Amino acid sequence: MRPHLASATTRAVNATSRRLGRGQGTVAGGRAGLRLDPRLLEHLSAGRQVALVTGTNGKTTTTRLLTVALGASGDDVVSNETGSNMPPGHVAALAGTKARRAVLETDEVYLPRVLAATTASAVLLLNLSRDQLDRTNEVRMIAGNWRAALAAAPHTHVVANADDPLVVWSAGVARDVHWVGAGLRWHHDAVGCPSCDGRIEFTEDGWSCAGCGFARPDPEATLVSAADGSARGEWADGRSAAMRLSLPGRFNQSNALMAAVAAEASGIDAFRALAAMEGVVEVAGRFTVRSFGDVRARLMLAKNPAGWGELLDLVAGSTAPLVVSINARIADGGDPSWLWDVPYELLTERAVVATGDRYRDLSVRLHYGGVTHTTEPEPVLAVTSAAAGSEGVVDVIGNYTAFYDLLGAP
Amino acid sequence: MTKPLCIAVVYPDLLGTYGDGGNGLVLARRAEWRGHDVALLQAVSDRPLPEADIYCLGGGEDGPQVRAARTLIDDGTLARRAGDGAAVLAVCAGFQIVGRTFPGADGEPHDGVGLLDVETVKAAGPRAVGEVLVEVDPASLGPLPTLTGFENHGGATALGKGTAALGRVVVGVGNGAGDGSEGAAQGHVVGTYLHGPVLARNPALADRLLSWALGDVTLDALDDEASESLREERLATVGGKRRRRRRT
Repeated sequence: MRPHLASATTRAVNATSRRLGRGQGTVAGGRAGLRLDPRLLEHLSAGRQVALVTGTNGKTTTTRLLTVALGASGDDVVSNETGSNMPPGHVAALAGTKARRAVLETDEVYLPRVLAATTASAVLLLNLSRDQLDRTNEVRMIAGNWRAALAAAPHTHVVANADDPLVVWSAGVARDVHWVGAGLRWHHDAVGCPSCDGRIEFTEDGWSCAGCGFARPDPEATLVSAADGSARGEWADGRSAAMRLSLPGRFNQSNALMAAVAAEASGIDAFRALAAMEGVVEVAGRFTVRSFGDVRARLMLAKNPAGWGELLDLVAGSTAPLVVSINARIADGGDPSWLWDVPYELLTERAVVATGDRYRDLSVRLHYGGVTHTTEPEPVLAVTSAAAGSEGVVDVIGNYTAFYDLLGAP
Repeated sequence: MTKPLCIAVVYPDLLGTYGDGGNGLVLARRAEWRGHDVALLQAVSDRPLPEADIYCLGGGEDGPQVRAARTLIDDGTLARRAGDGAAVLAVCAGFQIVGRTFPGADGEPHDGVGLLDVETVKAAGPRAVGEVLVEVDPASLGPLPTLTGFENHGGATALGKGTAALGRVVVGVGNGAGDGSEGAAQGHVVGTYLHGPVLARNPALADRLLSWALGDVTLDALDDEASESLREERLATVGGKRRRRRRT
């Protein structure tokens, strides 16, 4: 009886919370359910085909892409779309539905626990790099915990980024791995070999450790990018597909290819999966264009150096005004030192406005980077002041809470 | 033409975890803005360490930290240049490896480079994580304004007789060995647990290192409006708490 009661409680708390206007209530309901039945996630996962998506960057988008791809089967697919990516969020998503398939975005640190509870049929490992160092463990420790968890899950298909040595080391112990040449721009957390403590050398074609021979595995599918920003997914068996996404950026092409390979491992044709993903226009507000009064702004999220590296590539060539908003609240991590790992020097040609709780830290970073900028503590004012004297859409990049503040601002 | 001021960021591939590479950038810009030629080198760990006037070491994870210490000892350049009077700023994992011994991932002691008379062991309590304010001890570096920074470490660093504390912790944990000290200073070698990066948060400390490297010259004032605004805000926000956190 207990799982039923706990599940019903989760639904009831969520419904109440929504009625009271306190958001989606996913965390409150999930917590209430888990208090009544600590094994609720295990019980709610039974009989379903569960896929977990984890990594430092791209989790939310890839979860959405895979959910849409699996939907091409005609089955109902449930997902924790609100971004609550720990067990309370998972429980809340599953409690309300009988959907046979589930795609769960999973916090990196929680992967071992969630994998054990859900006995997931598939796990996607996107990438692993520094993020909120004051809050989570160092990346090598996370990689080690993933490795132990995957070794204990022999029936799970693993879809893993062959270009990230830390991911490859974690996934290497799994019985069934689908390697994807998804690319990795940020190498700085992967120079020390996770296998022998030697040194990893990166070349055009891949990477390897001179010390122990640990090297990039041959991928089943590879993202091949062209100079004009377009890309193809090329499979080792000779198949090839153009990536025609509505979402911008190389990183999203990479996320989509990972999702296509995962869909195929779950019994859905990769090309059909890619076709379904073309219709995804925005994910949880990322790349949304919205208005602040008369001003139109494109909202983008980058919360760590690897994410920034990808987004700077996307915006560096543009001449639109750029607003950068930085907070250091609990969900962002309290230490904004990472701003010094981002190559803001690429923005010297842009009109930049620094804003957010920690605009002063950003202003110092831009000052030493030679980036001419102004400061405006209030984010909405920063956007409207950035637009002054220019037409078109203002680019806005925020880290986690800074992004959501602007997305939800009246 | 005079020889450029050479600033080396030591092993960014192993000790680059917390944005501490910014310390090298801050030093380079502050020297350039005063008209000096500067060579800012990113000294990676698979090449011999270059001859430099200032060396900056940053934070890193346990495995790479052990590798960095071993490589620096084998290379020999850092100890020789420090002996010649070159300035060294060593932060967090970097601070630990320029001491006598420090703990590896397994807690076993490893040899450090020995530029500072300090010994680090794993702390008994949880990691020290949070904002820090430090009153600088005038006996170590002369008068300097209160330092601000962010610490994130699991070490307990004890000072030996040959070295002085950088300062006294007002907010935060610092060295974590029970004496309320933060960092260490010995000759032109400065060790600290402060990230931020520490020189971006504390331009006066950057200028102290530059004046050593440039031969004790009096440095012209710079436009530090952005840094001063950040310092005032951090001192007010963090100083409002005015407490020394203790590991329990």
